[in-house]
Amino acid sequence: MEISEIKKNYEAWQKSTEELIKKYPETGNFKTSWSEDVKRLYTPLEVQKYSDIGFPGEYPFTRGVQNTMYRGKFWTMRQYAGFGTAEESNKRYKYLLEQGQSGLSIAFDLPTQIGYDSDDPHSLGEVGKVGVAIDSLYDMETLFDGIPLDKVSTSMTINATASILLAMYMIVGEKQGIKWDKLRGTIQNDILKEYIARGTYIYPPKPSMRIITNIFEFCSKEMPLWNTISVSGYHIREAGANAVQEVAFTIADGIEYVKSAIEAGLDPNIFGKRLSFFFAAHNDLFEEVAKFRAARRIWAKIMKERFKVTDPEALKLRFHTQTSGSTLTAQQPENNIVRVAIQALAAVLGGTQSLHTNSMDEALALPTEDSVRIALRTQQVIAYESGVAKTVDPLGGSYYVEFLTDEIERKSFDYINHIDELGGMINAIESGYVQQEISNSAYDYQRAIESKEQIIVGVNDFKMEEKNLRKTMKIDDEVEAKQVENLEKMKKNRDSALVKSSLENLEKVARSNGNLMYPIIDAVRAYATVGEVSNTLRKVFGEYKEPTMI
Amino acid sequence: MIKVLVAKPGLDGHDRGAKIIARALRDAGMEVIYTGIRQTPEQIVQTAIDEDVDVVGISILSGAHMKLVPRILELLKNNNSDVAVFVGGIIPEEDAMELKKSGVVEVYGPGTPISEVVERIKGYFEHANV
Repeated sequence: MEISEIKKNYEAWQKSTEELIKKYPETGNFKTSWSEDVKRLYTPLEVQKYSDIGFPGEYPFTRGVQNTMYRGKFWTMRQYAGFGTAEESNKRYKYLLEQGQSGLSIAFDLPTQIGYDSDDPHSLGEVGKVGVAIDSLYDMETLFDGIPLDKVSTSMTINATASILLAMYMIVGEKQGIKWDKLRGTIQNDILKEYIARGTYIYPPKPSMRIITNIFEFCSKEMPLWNTISVSGYHIREAGANAVQEVAFTIADGIEYVKSAIEAGLDPNIFGKRLSFFFAAHNDLFEEVAKFRAARRIWAKIMKERFKVTDPEALKLRFHTQTSGSTLTAQQPENNIVRVAIQALAAVLGGTQSLHTNSMDEALALPTEDSVRIALRTQQVIAYESGVAKTVDPLGGSYYVEFLTDEIERKSFDYINHIDELGGMINAIESGYVQQEISNSAYDYQRAIESKEQIIVGVNDFKMEEKNLRKTMKIDDEVEAKQVENLEKMKKNRDSALVKSSLENLEKVARSNGNLMYPIIDAVRAYATVGEVSNTLRKVFGEYKEPTMI
Repeated sequence: MIKVLVAKPGLDGHDRGAKIIARALRDAGMEVIYTGIRQTPEQIVQTAIDEDVDVVGISILSGAHMKLVPRILELLKNNNSDVAVFVGGIIPEEDAMELKKSGVVEVYGPGTPISEVVERIKGYFEHANV
């Protein structure tokens, strides 16, 4: 059919529909997450750029980064886990591997992430709570005891102290007889989103960016299979950003990292292959699928046009997805199983490379083993039973999804261009611009819930009386005491002269232009603690103070 | 005018809820100070006293509430402060009951309507005749 004919028929259809609406009015919330009206119907008229979607495995990768996608191999099912002591977490990892999980994902507690030892006053009450407590190489050896590091790929959610935890992982591998260049995995290492949303920064942006580029440089020589950064939109979205902001701010962060890597002398054609991304999957199924497709296309265009990358492998946006924690409700928690299933489906239809599905009880506490198993089974049902993995990009060509993909791309580029005008992402963060944009979206969303413009099942509608106390997972307070005791014991058994000299050397390198990874490896090998290494760098670099605004 | 300190103790960076509550209380006509993240109990109590606030709203999602909240209550008591303490976050029911026993006015979990928090704070002061 000619486009002019479609237009004519569409207008006639609209007219008769308007007549019908007088009798049967439409009711509901017809808005995108960025508050744009969603039309009643999408037709070929809205989709002008079909040529742009291309083919899977080919530029601009709208339809996926591989030619065969899940027909070759399912996504990696990777549940984020870690709590209490290294010993307990080690048991949970072995359980997950036995249940058919294909990779490990390590959650560290906040003191480990922010560079404090378990006996530091700042660590009060936080030891082992949101992840496993790691003070020194000693704990890391326990954490991976009996898990052969050449057989698993390990993702570590670690940022400000990524260099230290990576060094520990390498030495554990070494002690298992595995060479550094055989280790596979990812460190999150994305400090910019910590300033924006997640909050586990230590040093100001400039020295933080130096540490990150030192890691890039080191790994390009010593650990070619290691993904050195996971540029994360997840926390940006969870902080309240809409889908466009999630994509735009994440890609703006990515641009900053590529710029730094190029300044450090790395070739983006090689470095680009070690870059990965991390997004959230929310409830709005089609919007989320479009978001993943748009993100791939935007990144490919930026790498090609802005950074002149020619190797197709370095143009590909590969990403991990986690279902959205902030959409989970404490009310009627079983409903969360359904939310997670829809979100996981969005991630798969959007072509994710790996996936974490949240557990139904996470709005209440850390998940129990039972609820973690259901979350993993949800992925297995999608993979083996739903049939959505049979063909590549099954929603490609949907007028609505293609329209949304174009729209998210266009609006993201508006943000990215504006951030360029502000002088790049670091300036945009230091001025508080990015944080304010996200706060505004978060507040608008909350108001929509309060006014019932946005219904949350079980929360502001379809409520019921609930009084049974659920069984939730508790972290024993003993963990903190035990961890402190072990730390003291470890300190007595190490060569303290070697620790001292290695930390002095680290300080010297920090004050020069040298690569920090080498002195950090030496210090960690001597059993210097996360806190000792971080404090040495705090002395040289100082600490970041966020601009607080509401 | 009711003066509120919204505080994030400990190392927890989840500040979405704290920021939303701060803004909503301000929109409801209260005077609001937000501490930003990573405050020690000592810093929070010092700010509460220096600023002479009526309410301290503590937001915490990291699970450290049973250590940090009692410490804040203790420091407030040592300073003879009678500010009303509210807590919000991921707080298991039994912990919430214990916190309320030790002097916290109310503990709010995920999904609480903001209007409910606003009314509760206003009602508390009408009741207390402040």
